[in-house]
Amino acid sequence: MKVIIIGCSRLGATLATILSGAGHEISVIDPKAEALERLPHDFPGQVFQGVGIDLELLAKAGADTADALIAVTDRDSANLVTAQVAMEKFHIPRVIARAYDPRAAEAYRAMGLDIFCPTTFGIDYVLGRLGGAE
Amino acid sequence: MYVVVAGGGKIGFNLTRTLLDGGQEVLLIEKDLRRFRWLEDHLGQVVLHGDATEVATLEEAGVKRADVVAAVTGFDEDNIMICRLAQNVFDVKRVIGRVNNPQNEDAFRLLGINNIINSTRLIYRLVLQEVDACGLIPLLTLKGGKVEFVETVLLPESPAANVAVKDLILPEQCLLMAILREEELIFPRGDVVLLPGDRVIAAARDDEVEALRLALLGSA
Repeated sequence: MKVIIIGCSRLGATLATILSGAGHEISVIDPKAEALERLPHDFPGQVFQGVGIDLELLAKAGADTADALIAVTDRDSANLVTAQVAMEKFHIPRVIARAYDPRAAEAYRAMGLDIFCPTTFGIDYVLGRLGGAE
Repeated sequence: MYVVVAGGGKIGFNLTRTLLDGGQEVLLIEKDLRRFRWLEDHLGQVVLHGDATEVATLEEAGVKRADVVAAVTGFDEDNIMICRLAQNVFDVKRVIGRVNNPQNEDAFRLLGINNIINSTRLIYRLVLQEVDACGLIPLLTLKGGKVEFVETVLLPESPAANVAVKDLILPEQCLLMAILREEELIFPRGDVVLLPGDRVIAAARDDEVEALRLALLGSA
């Protein structure tokens, strides 16, 4: 599987490492050189410095033939806008993005995107441990 | 008219002040607390502290009843997202997005934000109009870049000089619109003969602009 990961966050870097270790072809994009250093020294995938809404850069990272794109920078806007570009321009079959704002997540789901929201996970987890909000 | 401006940098601040001077109802949204306080000191109670990429902030700003939302922050992703939320969640008809990095302009258009301000490109156009580089000067574009209005000055050696408009061989998808000859405005009907020094204004489909340039000015 060919996967593009936008944002070399802890989540992005870990996913890149696990997936490439499992033999998948991975490209990682992040505007910050320091963030890209989170990847292991022997990381076998491709690494690009830049932003996810740069269409040229996405094409260079193989967006035309990618099976999946995962947008997990620390900014909701970067993730959601990149996800939408990946779908509308490159028709990548599987696009997953992170949004911390639950309502933005909901709005973009309504536009047909696959969004996960760590805030909602956190709320559900804590409330579950407490046995509910009551 | 109610206008919501997102991003209180130099552009957002001056836009808000100008709209207020023009008697419009405006609300400016600024994320940074220190900047927000400064803006409030200078503009009064028309500034909201919050992150305009959050749905709750837009709701608080009353974006639902806004006639126009202008997203002019320093981040292109934020500007696109603010425009999209305004359109999709709040049903705002007119959104305007500022393009900071010209390379991102395609992403704005791709996602349906056609009203964009790209200051780099605007200044580039003005520079071209000054230097009159080689031939056609872009004046403005319509339909998201599909139609271009261009201007050129004919030289004595231009193939179109001393030729009647009806005898010009022009690309299919273009139209000569006006000729400025010194102080005179001439409409290019068939029997008008183009002269060296004429300033010709034409509209063309973007992929025919080069053919139009060749027809008017030749390969020089």
